[in-house]
Amino acid sequence: MRDLIIIGSGPAGLTAAITAAEHGLDILVIDEYLKPGGRLLGQLYEEPGGNWWNGIEESRKLAGRASSLGLDIRLGISVHNIEQIDGSWLVHADCETFETKSLLLATGAAEAPVAIPGWTLPGVMSVGAAQVMTNVHRVKPGQRGVIIGVNVLSSAIAMELKIADVEVAAIALPKTNQVNGKAANPSEVMNALLHVSHMAPSPLVKMGSKLMTNDFMKRMGITLYPKNGVRMWDIPVMLRKAVIRIEGTDQVEGVTLATVTAEGKIIPGTEEVIGCDFVCIAGGLYPLAELAALTGCPFYHIDELGGFVPLHSEDMRTPLDGLYVAGNITGIEGAKVAMSQGKTAALAIAKDHGQDIADTSLSEAVRQISSTRSDAHIQFHSEVEAGRRKLQEYWEQHAAGMRNVMV
Amino acid sequence: MTERILDHPVLGVLEPDQTVTFTFNGMKYEGRCGEPIAAALLAAGIRTLRHHEESGTPRGIYCNIGHCFECRVEVDGHQGVRACLTPVREGMVINGGGALPSPVRDWRKDNA
Ligand SMILES: Cc1cc2nc3c(=O)[nH]c(=O)nc-3n(C[C@H](O)[C@H](O)[C@H](O)COP(=O)(O)OP(=O)(O)OC[C@H]3O[C@@H](n4cnc5c(N)ncnc54)[C@H](O)[C@@H]3O)c2cc1C
Ligand code: FES
Repeated sequence: MRDLIIIGSGPAGLTAAITAAEHGLDILVIDEYLKPGGRLLGQLYEEPGGNWWNGIEESRKLAGRASSLGLDIRLGISVHNIEQIDGSWLVHADCETFETKSLLLATGAAEAPVAIPGWTLPGVMSVGAAQVMTNVHRVKPGQRGVIIGVNVLSSAIAMELKIADVEVAAIALPKTNQVNGKAANPSEVMNALLHVSHMAPSPLVKMGSKLMTNDFMKRMGITLYPKNGVRMWDIPVMLRKAVIRIEGTDQVEGVTLATVTAEGKIIPGTEEVIGCDFVCIAGGLYPLAELAALTGCPFYHIDELGGFVPLHSEDMRTPLDGLYVAGNITGIEGAKVAMSQGKTAALAIAKDHGQDIADTSLSEAVRQISSTRSDAHIQFHSEVEAGRRKLQEYWEQHAAGMRNVMV
Repeated sequence: MTERILDHPVLGVLEPDQTVTFTFNGMKYEGRCGEPIAAALLAAGIRTLRHHEESGTPRGIYCNIGHCFECRVEVDGHQGVRACLTPVREGMVINGGGALPSPVRDWRKDNA
């Protein structure tokens, strides 16, 4: 039996593994992907000051540190069930079951789709898929693409495609329907962009935000937003046009766009077809927490964190004995926050294993998470701090409830 | 149609890697050893990985990171293998699945 199994070798899982190994724990890291690094691998953007945040390099550094500590990292293995029996955790993977005293879930995030007719055609992919093809595998997702969904991630990836010399014909909204909700409403999208774009990673969004925060643009707002979009990095960002259909027989050949009202209603007669050989769908990220859900851990829906998140404390403990969480499974944020959460989780775990961890080092690690958060250059939700506070309140209510039960 | 990014302005030059030969639906292709099957096929201009079991419509990658199972193919006789997660190896035999018979439904059409 291991001291600790970590599911996920993204920035959270790897940082936790490194910290826990430094404190002498016997650890196994499991990941279904073919390289360590998780979604950090695809990240590429210029930070203020002109440094590039190069996810391949950052992942290599983490993996290098892990291997110098002799960490056991097993790739290409999917975990499909976990259960707690007699005080230890059983981790059921493809062909094997592993046993551990403590379990850290660092499974990251997944992308939500937006529903558009034609979305099953080959050549339609999530925007993250295009990011990984381009930056990690170094294969162009196509020659000319259209991105559906205007948000922080899609604008950052549009720029990454551009750097790799892949043409982005347009970034546009999805059409309004029962599922697409706010993502199809020009005013809502504009508001969301205004609130996070000052932190956004790419010069593209920053440039756009300058335009949008300009008083004139603000006043005119979405009503006067140019129908053909505002060009950022030469890519038209169309807040007044929506993709109503993806065209093609055997694979993507184009999209049909239509002009929409400020509320996202299609204006009849404005349909036009533009040609492209791939389409990216950008519906935003949500915490990938299915494994936590299997344990009976309480969950809360917190919009600011991207959806349902498992209940956890500031130091990454869940209410279940020996179960911890770190990274995007706890809410959608950038990789640096995930790393500081991983470190905190590892310290809490080492402490629970009887290692000599001072309370002050643990509280310092918790403080580091907050300061990393406030310095972050990428923020997926403007109210993420409020979301964290809500969760902390739920945690305190839960802890108080437990104390009452015990008295 | 699609192509490899050999020289990237920030990420630099793509290191040469060992080439492997594999087959997909009976045709021979080359890929970089260890890259995912889906990337090797896309670099060879192939987007369609399978046809839907029921409708027979073409499907390719969607998420590219193992979440959606849209890229499932048969590899060396094993079904349901995710092409976006599975490294391509020398001599691999890969097949995209097609529409499966649906006898009950077909029977119902004429008999229900
Ligand atoms: C497609 C996508 C693109 C993103 N792009 C950016 C970006 O450009 N910039 C940015 O700041 N943030 C981006 N993010 C947010 C990203 O989640 C964080 O930046 C950061 O990578 C989170 O780290 P993590 O360690 O929590 O999870 P991840 O980095 O997602 O790592 C989780 C790991 O767990 C593994 N895993 C999950 N479930 C299982 C299982 N059942 N069995 C085995 N292994 C499993 C996965 O394979 C993965 O390697 C993106 C997220 C996604 C999903
Ligand atoms: S493309 Fe989604 S699992 Fe492979």
